[in-house]
Amino acid sequence: MAVCIAIIGKENAPKYVACTEKDQELDFHYKVHSSLDIIEEKLSATSLTKGTDLREQCLGLLYATEEHKIYGYVTNTKIKIVIVIDANHTGLRDNEIRAMFRKLHGAYADAVCNPFYIPGDPITSKKFCETVHGLLVKS
Amino acid sequence: MVADEILLELLHAELVNYVCSNEPKEKEPSGQLNKHCNLSTLEYFGFSTGYKLIERFTKDWSRFKDELDTIKFICTDFWTSIYKKPIDNLRTNHQGVYVLQDRAFRFMAKISNGTQHLDAAPLYIAFTSGLLRGALANLGINSIVTAEVQSMPACKFHIQVPRNQMP
Repeated sequence: MAVCIAIIGKENAPKYVACTEKDQELDFHYKVHSSLDIIEEKLSATSLTKGTDLREQCLGLLYATEEHKIYGYVTNTKIKIVIVIDANHTGLRDNEIRAMFRKLHGAYADAVCNPFYIPGDPITSKKFCETVHGLLVKS
Repeated sequence: MVADEILLELLHAELVNYVCSNEPKEKEPSGQLNKHCNLSTLEYFGFSTGYKLIERFTKDWSRFKDELDTIKFICTDFWTSIYKKPIDNLRTNHQGVYVLQDRAFRFMAKISNGTQHLDAAPLYIAFTSGLLRGALANLGINSIVTAEVQSMPACKFHIQVPRNQMP
């Protein structure tokens, strides 16, 4: 399963970043940050090619390094969700990734709909944290 | 069901009432009380509602193509789910100005028609102006929403999107 999950806001500022190993946190921040360029690229590419109607929210695999695979997802509200998966963990199917994204999006929507949440703030919801940590690797 | 359609109207009327009654009363003739109600409070309620609603509504929607596509979604699906009818008329100059016309606006349908209660109209459209602004803000379009009422159940919402912010 995932080793790092990041929620990025509209203006590309991190809203929530969680990872399994605390000492690698900065490393994950770099990886997520660099993946944002690829997300932008993919978004502008789909808006140019009008013929192909591929405006799905899930962007699929953004890039893979020796250690990690990075997947991206963009909502209609310009929120980006990035999941980093351990490359050794093979056999993870595409629809499993999609299910994870959908679950995260649902949890995010719940957190935003909390009347005490002020739009634009980082997420501090306990329930959201639980969902994210449930998706992080259990080892 | 007929009964649950009226709940939103009742809640909204009560919201307007609540905001008005919480205002500090100024020393003016009581006939002018309406004008002192704080429209920005109502507008802010609308903004946060719109911001949160749109997060849920667009969850299983494919990404919007452009600004016009987003506005169309607001006019049809978003409007229908709140006001049980789509916007009657949408006009745009393709330069960031959109005019949404509703010929029988739900929050004003129960007020007697014509120009009799026109001075109370701002109270009943402030929430919806905020709703539109909040929905658009969460979809990444920063806009200015103004409303216009000429004769009671019909109203127009003007959405202005400043051009320099567009990608």
